Amino acid sequence: MDNSSFFTQKFQQKILVYKNSPSSCLLMLLVLGSAILTFSTLLYLILHITIKGIPHIQASLFSFTYTSENASVIPAIVNTIIVTLLSLLFAVPLGIFSAIYLVEYANQKNKFINFIRLTTITLAGIPSIVYGLFGMLFFVISCGFGFSLLAGALTLTIMILPLLIRTTEEALLAVPTLYREGSYGLGAGKLRTIFRIVLPSAIPGILAGIILSIGRIIGETAALVYTSGTVAKMPDSIFSSGRTLAIHMFNLANEGLYMNQAYATAVILLVVIIFINSLSYYLAKKLVKI
Amino acid sequence: MFSNALNEKIMRGVFFATACTSVLAVVLICFFLFSNGANALSEIGIFEFLFGTIWRPNIDVYGIFPMIIGSIYMTFGAILIGVPIGILTAIFMAFYCPSILYKPLKIATDILAGIPSVVYGFFGLIIIVPMIKDFGRFLGMGGNGNSLLTASILLGIMILPTIISVTESALRAVPKLYYEGSLALGATHEKTIFHVLIPAAKSGILASIVLGIGRAIGETMAVIMVAGNQARIPSDIFQGARTLTANVVIEMGYATGLHRDALIATGVVLFLFILVINAILAILNKRT
Repeated sequence: MDNSSFFTQKFQQKILVYKNSPSSCLLMLLVLGSAILTFSTLLYLILHITIKGIPHIQASLFSFTYTSENASVIPAIVNTIIVTLLSLLFAVPLGIFSAIYLVEYANQKNKFINFIRLTTITLAGIPSIVYGLFGMLFFVISCGFGFSLLAGALTLTIMILPLLIRTTEEALLAVPTLYREGSYGLGAGKLRTIFRIVLPSAIPGILAGIILSIGRIIGETAALVYTSGTVAKMPDSIFSSGRTLAIHMFNLANEGLYMNQAYATAVILLVVIIFINSLSYYLAKKLVKI
Repeated sequence: MFSNALNEKIMRGVFFATACTSVLAVVLICFFLFSNGANALSEIGIFEFLFGTIWRPNIDVYGIFPMIIGSIYMTFGAILIGVPIGILTAIFMAFYCPSILYKPLKIATDILAGIPSVVYGFFGLIIIVPMIKDFGRFLGMGGNGNSLLTASILLGIMILPTIISVTESALRAVPKLYYEGSLALGATHEKTIFHVLIPAAKSGILASIVLGIGRAIGETMAVIMVAGNQARIPSDIFQGARTLTANVVIEMGYATGLHRDALIATGVVLFLFILVINAILAILNKRT
C-alpha cells in the first residue's frame, strides 16, 4: 500500500466515526474553532500593530532629546535599559543563590523550607500594582530614594525574584545526580561541585529564566508608575526619575495626542518581546538535550 | 577558594540568607501595606469603606463597593470568555495538534503570555473599543465603547495563555492508559477526551482557572485603557466601570492625606483578594 492511499483510508475511517457520532464531530469542531480563534487573535494583534506602526517608525522618533513634538523614545529606551540592568544586578544573584539553597542544601521536609516555598509562590501571585504601592511606600518614601530609577529597579527585583528562583530550581533539578556523585567521587567538596559542575550544566535553563525576567521588566508598567515615575527626559543618574518604554507607550496612548508614536512604540515593544520569547524557548530546548 | 571547610560553611550561610529574601519581602509588603492602610480603615470605618457605594474624594467620602463590584464583574466576564476558549485550545494543543505545528504554536502561546499589558490595552483601545461601540449602537444601548464588556473581552484574551499552558500540562499528566482503556471500550477520541481525560485532570484545570482569576483581578494598565473608569456600579455591560487596581493608579498621582490612605487601603483589599486566591490555589495544588 502506498502512502497516499493509506492516508485516504485513514481519512475515510475518521469520517465514518464522525458520521456515527455527531456529538464527537461537534466537539472536534469546537476544539478546532477555539484553537483557530486563539491563534488568529494573536496573529491579528501582531499584524495590525506592525503594519500600522512600521510607517511611523521615523528618524524623529529616535532623536536624543525628548520634546513634546517628536515624543522621542530614546530617553525611554535608555531608562528601560538602566532599570533592566539594575534589577538583574540585584535579582540574579539573589535568585540563583536562593535556588541553590533550595535544591542543593535544603532538607525538603523542613517546615521552614516549605514556608520559604510558600512565600515564593505568594510573591509570584501578587499583582504588579501591589508591588508598585509597596515600592512607593518602602523604597520611595521610607528609604528616601524618591521617584527614581533605583526605586523602580528595586521594586522589580522583588517582582521577578520568584520567576528567577523557579526557573533556576528547574534547571538545577534537571542536572543528573550522577554528575554530582562523580564530582564527589573525585574528591571535590560540595561548593566546588556546585560551582564547577552543577551550575555550568544548568546555565541554558538559568539564562532562559533571566531572559524571561527581562521580558517582564520591559513590559512592566503598573509597578513602575509610582516608583520610577513618568519623567520623559534623559536621566542624569540612577537617582533621577524616568519613564521606561512601556510607561512611555501608556502615556502616549492614554493622552490620545500621539497615536502614531504609540503605534511605533508598540511595534518596538512587540519585536523585543517576540525576540526575547523565542530566545528563551531556544535556550530552554538546549537544556533538555543534555 | 573551594577547598576549606570554613568556606563551605560561610557559603551555606550565604545561600540560606538569600533564600530568606522572599520571606523578608512578603513580611515587608504585608507590614507596609497593612500599616498604611489601617489608618484609612479606622478613620473611615471598615463597613463604610467596603460597602459604601459613593466614592467622592473631594468631600472625603470613600466607599469602594463600586470598585469591588467592577473588579468582580470584569473578572467574571474574563472567565466566561477566556476559560472555554482556553480549555478547548489546550485540548487542541494536547490531542489534535499536528506535530509540525506544535512548536510554533507553543512559542505563540508564550508570546501571548509575554505581550506587555500596555500593548494589550492599546490593542483594546484601537480594535475592541470601536467594535463594542458599534455593537452597542446596533443594540440601541449606546455607550462610547469604553465599557465592562470591552474590558472583559480584553481580559479574556489576556488570561488565555495562563489557562492554555496550565490546562495542557494537566491533560498531559493523565496516564496514557486511561486514553487507551477508553478507546478499547469503543469510545471515540472526543468522548474519551471529554468524559475521561478532562474529569481526570479536573484539579489541574481548576488551578488554571484560579490562576486566570488572579491574573484578571490584578490587571491594571490594560483595564484602565478600555474600561471607562467611572466610579459607580454599572447597570449594564455597555457602561464603564472602575476596578480596584484602576482606582489606585488613576488617583494616586495627586492624592494626599486621607485620600492617599484610602487608596492604599484599596490596594490592601486587592491584596487580600489575591491572598485568598493564592490559598485556594495552594489547596488545589496539594490535591494533584
